[in-house]
Amino acid sequence: MPKFYSGAEIVFKCLEDQNVSHIFGYPGGAVLPIYDELKNFNSIKHILVRHEQGAGHAAEGYARSTGKPGVLLVTSGPGATNAVTALTDAYMDSVPLVCITGQVPTHLIGTDAFQECDTTGITRPCTKHNWLVKDVNDLAEIMHKAFEVATTGRPGPVLVDIPKDIQFQKSKYKNFKNNKKLNGKSHDNYSQKNIDELINLISKAKKPIFYTGGGVINSGTKASELLRELVYSTGFPITSTLQGLGSFPADDNQFLGMLGMHGTYEANNAMYSCDLMINVGARFDDRITGKIDEFSPKSKKVHIDIDPSSINKNVKVDLAIVGDIKSVLTSTLKTLKKSKNNFSKSNKHQISNWWEQIQKWRSKRSLDYIGSEETIKPQYAIERLYELTKDKDTYITTEVGQHQMWAAQHYKFNKPNRWMTSGGLGTMGYGLPAAVGVQIAHPKKLVIDIAGEASVLMTMQEMSTAVQYNLPIKIFILNNEYMGMVRQWQELLHDKNYSESYTAALPDFVKMAEAYGCVGIRAKTPEELDDKIIEMLNIDRPVIFDCLVDKQENCFPMIPSGKPHNQMLLGPKDQKEKKITGKGRTLV
Amino acid sequence: MANSKSAYSFAGKKQKPDTHIIVVWVDNEAGVLARVVGLFSGRGYNIESLAVAEVDQKQNISRITIVTTGTPQVVNQIKLQLKKLVPVHKVADFKREDKNVIFKEMALFKFVANNGKLNKAFEACKNFNPVILDKTNKSNVIQITALRREIDTMSKNLKKFGLVSVSRTGAVAMTRGSEIFK
Repeated sequence: MPKFYSGAEIVFKCLEDQNVSHIFGYPGGAVLPIYDELKNFNSIKHILVRHEQGAGHAAEGYARSTGKPGVLLVTSGPGATNAVTALTDAYMDSVPLVCITGQVPTHLIGTDAFQECDTTGITRPCTKHNWLVKDVNDLAEIMHKAFEVATTGRPGPVLVDIPKDIQFQKSKYKNFKNNKKLNGKSHDNYSQKNIDELINLISKAKKPIFYTGGGVINSGTKASELLRELVYSTGFPITSTLQGLGSFPADDNQFLGMLGMHGTYEANNAMYSCDLMINVGARFDDRITGKIDEFSPKSKKVHIDIDPSSINKNVKVDLAIVGDIKSVLTSTLKTLKKSKNNFSKSNKHQISNWWEQIQKWRSKRSLDYIGSEETIKPQYAIERLYELTKDKDTYITTEVGQHQMWAAQHYKFNKPNRWMTSGGLGTMGYGLPAAVGVQIAHPKKLVIDIAGEASVLMTMQEMSTAVQYNLPIKIFILNNEYMGMVRQWQELLHDKNYSESYTAALPDFVKMAEAYGCVGIRAKTPEELDDKIIEMLNIDRPVIFDCLVDKQENCFPMIPSGKPHNQMLLGPKDQKEKKITGKGRTLV
Repeated sequence: MANSKSAYSFAGKKQKPDTHIIVVWVDNEAGVLARVVGLFSGRGYNIESLAVAEVDQKQNISRITIVTTGTPQVVNQIKLQLKKLVPVHKVADFKREDKNVIFKEMALFKFVANNGKLNKAFEACKNFNPVILDKTNKSNVIQITALRREIDTMSKNLKKFGLVSVSRTGAVAMTRGSEIFK
């Protein structure tokens, strides 16, 4: 006689079989049967958040720092709609999430029942796929398929909507994992001919550059190792997108820093002037390309990506290699070694002029800023934070805005999966819950959320979660009392009309920390900054660090709206000379 | 680059848009049409017409035929995005001018007029396989199959013969010859 399990039990049996150890969630009427089963499954720990958006971002932080899918469990109606921001965020940044939502009982669907919403309808455009479970006999297969879809191909969020009556109904359980070929839409679709062509381009290039993105990190730590090997064995310069930071060591001489709107002068100019661009797991996002007609006009472009729809979407490329980065890089290295042993030495002369040119751009020192002895410059705060934490294996999350860009520019990442930030969607409030998720996954590691005071208030309630689970996350707030990036754009584009970008009534973050039961620290001057940071690092509890920084500082360098890579604003002086006019003003 | 998603492409080089017929084979499950149509509206692609029905009852496969206009780049994106949807099995794409593909739409015309006009109306339809589906002494319903533009013209020209109501399907497509699309 086969054993019969309730739908709720089947959910947990699937999670067990998928080796899920943590789920982030918030109970409610339509998921109560599932919550009732939690006690019978000891291998799965539930983290109670304070808002479903927090559950989503925490699951994202968990997923991005481990490479495993993040799981969240929320109720119907508002539970599901609150999770939508996090699902969209994960969709844009290719983060594998499995979201389980409760739904009103099957017979009430469509009646506008209490806490009913069309969850699968609402989340259809922000998930890779979603399912409404109408028959308990389908539940196990759907659950396993959900994990398969979330983690294969280009990763992303999926959602399984389970009506309450299905959670009570009984069925047999079958482990569908690895049972049959599931439709995760994985595309390893390239040939040795493509690789040979790439090697040919590499051997001919006089001004080459690697442009790498989050795909390298999503492909696993091995992909980052292979990337390093390839970059070293070619001697080519490399630049990275915001999401790709960490896949190549930032303190290496071949690394030109981040590219794009707030990227370095050398990275953007190299992108503009190169004759061979090798895009590895990036997607020619508009923050990267600048004005698309003048994007890298003279280069041959190679695009390595697992998602066929990313090829030729924004920028037409000369050679497309559709496949998993790890597998493509393995083949490339193998072919390179076979055909051109010791390539970096034999090719050194061919690209020496290029490196000379890059050094000239580098000498502009585009990340420099004007220091101050009275006020803490935000860049200085990040620099000091980096210097004082670089010997630890530190995980950094951020919110969205100026502080995020300064963190990307001035914090140097040497390992993948150490940098969690909301890039595609740009979700303010991402960093704090993400830090919760990262700390859950890495209880012994130092986890810092580099935050802005406006962003962090959007999900501040998750401090309560951090306190409940003794998660010693550090919330490092660069407090300039403004929505800094909004203020910067208003300064540059709207004649300094700072419409609604100043927060006139901020809470006292130190007292707030105390109210949450954690520790608050405030730094006001550059002189005391180091001591305060060290104080923060020595506390084994959650800390809110209120770093009062220069209120007027802008984030440079910057490619202004509607301009190509070679027309960057380097600092306040440029800002006056190259005023943004005309159509550029209408862009985001 | 006409519908490029980049915020920077305001002065993009314009490619010429073409009319394409996209045929999609999907699992006939709840919400699948919404996924396909939502992809079009969400990404700003347009739909001129749409025809969908189950074609394989055993395997629950539906065939969706969509007529759309777009630049080569946009049409390519449509195909690649459609292929990413989990319930999608395969995607075919034909240009409207393609001589190897048959496109047909069906229309039902209702005429209310005297016998003379009704006869003239039937006469006018004779190039498009007209079938009289219903007839009374002051009205009839005629079914025709034709191309979209032909039906457009017909429904304009037939007004004078008492055309009062038009119902038409989206285009369906089939390749000529013995080959099938794999």
